[in-house]
Amino acid sequence: MSDVTDTGAKPGGEVDDDAEVPAVGGIVAELRHMSAEERARHEAEVAEVVAPDREIEVGVGDTLLAMRDVTLRFGGLVALDSVSFEIKRGEILGLIGPNGAGKTTCFNVITGVYRPTAGQVLLEGHPLGRRKRYAITQLGIARTFQNIRLFNEMTALENVVVGADARHRTSVLGALVRGPRHHREERQAVERAMALLEFVGIADRAADKAKNLPYGYQRRLEIARALATEPKLLCLDEPAAGFNPAEKEGLMELIRTIRDDGYTVLLIEHDMRLVMGVTDRIVVLEFGKKIAAGLPAEIRENPAVIAAYLGVPDDGVA
Amino acid sequence: MNHQVVTYLAEGVDWIRFDVDALLGQFWNNTIEGLSQGSIYALVALGYTLVYGVLRLINFAHSEVFVFGVFAAYFTFYGLGFRPGPTVTLGIGELILFLLLALIAAMAVSGATAVVLERVAYRPLRRRNAPSLVFLITAIGASFVMQQVLFIWRGGNAEQAIRLLRPEPVFTVFNTAVTNIQIITVLAALVLLVVADTFINRTRLGRGIRAVAQDPDTATLMGVNKERVIMITFLVGGLLAGAAALFYLMKIPQGASYQGGFLLGIKAFTAAVLGGIGNLRGALLGGLLLGVVENYGQSLFGGDWRDIVAFVLLIVILMFRPTGILGESLGKARV
Amino acid sequence: MSTQETTTGGPSRLQQWRDRWNGMSRFQQWAFLVPLVLLIYALPVLNPPILSTEPGYTFSIAMFEVARYALVAIGLNVVVGQAGLLDLGYIGFFAIGAYVAALFTSPDSELAKLPYLVVLPLAVLVTMVFGVLLGSPTLRLRGDYLAIVTLGFGEIVRLLADLSPLRGNAGFQGVGQPPGTRADGQDVFNTSDGTPWYWLTVTLIIVVLMLVGNLERSRVGRAWVAIREDEDAAEIMGVPTFRFKLWAFAIGAAIGGLSGALYAGQIGFVNNQRFDVVTSVLFLAAVVLGGSGNKVGVLLGATVIAYVPLRFQSLYEYRYLIFGLALIILMIFRPQGLLGARQRLLAYGREAYRRLIGRPEQVSSDSALAAEPVKGAGS
Repeated sequence: MSDVTDTGAKPGGEVDDDAEVPAVGGIVAELRHMSAEERARHEAEVAEVVAPDREIEVGVGDTLLAMRDVTLRFGGLVALDSVSFEIKRGEILGLIGPNGAGKTTCFNVITGVYRPTAGQVLLEGHPLGRRKRYAITQLGIARTFQNIRLFNEMTALENVVVGADARHRTSVLGALVRGPRHHREERQAVERAMALLEFVGIADRAADKAKNLPYGYQRRLEIARALATEPKLLCLDEPAAGFNPAEKEGLMELIRTIRDDGYTVLLIEHDMRLVMGVTDRIVVLEFGKKIAAGLPAEIRENPAVIAAYLGVPDDGVA
Repeated sequence: MNHQVVTYLAEGVDWIRFDVDALLGQFWNNTIEGLSQGSIYALVALGYTLVYGVLRLINFAHSEVFVFGVFAAYFTFYGLGFRPGPTVTLGIGELILFLLLALIAAMAVSGATAVVLERVAYRPLRRRNAPSLVFLITAIGASFVMQQVLFIWRGGNAEQAIRLLRPEPVFTVFNTAVTNIQIITVLAALVLLVVADTFINRTRLGRGIRAVAQDPDTATLMGVNKERVIMITFLVGGLLAGAAALFYLMKIPQGASYQGGFLLGIKAFTAAVLGGIGNLRGALLGGLLLGVVENYGQSLFGGDWRDIVAFVLLIVILMFRPTGILGESLGKARV
Repeated sequence: MSTQETTTGGPSRLQQWRDRWNGMSRFQQWAFLVPLVLLIYALPVLNPPILSTEPGYTFSIAMFEVARYALVAIGLNVVVGQAGLLDLGYIGFFAIGAYVAALFTSPDSELAKLPYLVVLPLAVLVTMVFGVLLGSPTLRLRGDYLAIVTLGFGEIVRLLADLSPLRGNAGFQGVGQPPGTRADGQDVFNTSDGTPWYWLTVTLIIVVLMLVGNLERSRVGRAWVAIREDEDAAEIMGVPTFRFKLWAFAIGAAIGGLSGALYAGQIGFVNNQRFDVVTSVLFLAAVVLGGSGNKVGVLLGATVIAYVPLRFQSLYEYRYLIFGLALIILMIFRPQGLLGARQRLLAYGREAYRRLIGRPEQVSSDSALAAEPVKGAGS
């Protein structure tokens, strides 16, 4: 099982703390006394709550999201130039490229922040069209932000519940009179959010305001919040920025676990080691154009990619 | 209480009327008067535009900066020995001298007020990197306080009118007399606006202002003293508001009232938005346009509708073209 | 577990009280609240000499004024404190509520006469509709423009009241009131005794507080706070931001209208002289003073704003100056307001936090206005 989950419930090192845990006991407290077998079962339960709709047999293969000749212009500037690629269900796709290549712009098109000037984005074969950003999230695309954008005055738990609210259907009237659906959804949302915090390994700070969390926790909280929207596709925008090697290792582990739980992941990342280590396939952008796509090993050998990264003038390269 | 008979909410009740005859009949009169009124809006609008361009702040208290100028001009007249009552006939030299003195006093007071306001109210917030809602509430609070200071000092009634110059027709176009005050207002406003425009676009200090407007962080890195630029921005806005104050008082001698700034302020802000906030020439265009349009509205719909027209115009512009007619730009390319 | 972090050094006494309160069970909290509420109800009858505003101002009417401001502050707090939308035209909704009450009950109006208790919900409904009408085109605007547009709206409402159908300065006399006659033949609700009006308003305040509290601890309240914190991020996380902003606006407007209708009834007369922007700013001050986003805070703020000038008549003339200064000073030194606790946003939060980590959530004295952008939080 992942080390990542452990960070939230680190068994050692907090010997005298047990006294403070009330008799009711928290999940975290219980974890400390579990045997390996109990623990495995518990984690399976957590995973079940985290990803209720996951496909146990991850159907890798069919296309989840397709970019079709997507072009995006800002005035005279071409930010994306006829970019096409596909993300297959159950894979981790890396999106890489030098600074300013259009990676984040690509994210912004997929999540509806920008509308493509030409071309289409299709989710499960249906074009996103002119849908609002929140509607796209409800369709099943969630993202994190390169520069962390949490709801600072909310606790970690509340942040995640906001994500879970994307699936909720309680009306304002229902909330006003606390109808049965409100009660049901609130309970489920809190359960799920707690499980997710544990899953990403920050449950010990669930009650703290987002702005008071350590940096690494904030990054993980962003992931938990995005997962709470029950996405089909999870887009991570440089989730390891500012991490040290050990933290990166933990994050890679987490991303793999997320994939194993049935999510599809699109990952923007600068750190080549991380990208090569965790992704199934890679798409390379440069100056808004796709210059390569393939398995990590192929990309590593691709002369166009090497040129792009080393800054070789591209007259010799396609 | 005598209840006059009203055909209330029945047919033909005058919520609104459409008096096209009045609109056409007074068209040129409205236009000329509107232009002179609009010049004053434009001068005040510049203060909003400059501060907004640099700080992204709607300086609500700018209307009170203007009112302080009005009182400064009024008491300059008073100090020069003029009293409410019939207009004294002055020689042209004397008149120019006295008006210049009042202009200098009004500009000095408004300019100083603006700078003090910036120091006392806004700078501490900037240092703390406060969110914009906090700035806005502070601006409202400051506007409130300045208004109340005048109220406590001078009471609720407007000062009695002191007139140095009687409005007299100078020449006639389209059967409409154009008065000396109208000419002075429009010309002086144009001159001041050209000076301000040159200052922003041609001088080193002006370049600093534009740099900060475009990108405060980079400007600071490039060696622009941001605090100084902000101070100068407030100063320039204050000076122009002071000038507007004198013309306003010449036009409306009974206008020195503690609450005289509110309506004018919000209209000047409308003018700034109309032309494109952050855009100097836009402020001029917006001011003139607003002055003219509200006069037309008054003729068409009736006197009660004058201010409503201005407010509706404000809401409509913000809804449909929030960047204004000329677009927002204090620096050349604002994002 | 780690000790609770207090980020700002607010008054520690306050913090202790708050912690103690938060540590109590629901039952214990009620045990404190019920006698307190009873005391609040009894105030105009007790007329304690320390609190009394007499002989300058009838105490029962002063208490009604306080209650009316409190109701307004609760409504405005939904808009400003929770959703973070700066509404400077709130007085407009208050005015609409008052005019609806007048139009359907005053003999000066030619509209059909309705009983006051029917008009009260009608006023709420009408102002709510106006809230939607004003909100739907303007809520797409960025924050500072919204402030200006709402300011313009408030002024338009006031200026429209000048027009002859709304009778301008002459206004509407004899606005209606709830039914009921006392033993001595006088109406229970009349313009010289504020007590019944006060009781009615306090009762409505309690109902409104409960309803607004329900919203707060639901997806609606969370959506509002998320919008306040980072509107774009909220939208991308699946919050239909526009819809929820409109709800905040409409709910705020409705509460303002309710307060306006009560005001019109108590005072018995409505004209165009009472709805200027200055009062809008006073409302805003009530919300900001106590701590926007915090219901107890805004109640405190409203009490200060409404009560202090009536109690200390010598201050009455200076109230605008004092509250204006208070706004500036507060924004500089304590932008979160006097009490700045954060609100709870989860219906099952208490038990969840207890189970998860064995302690309640972090409640420090920051709130909406104190929020500072997190920049480069070190790893």
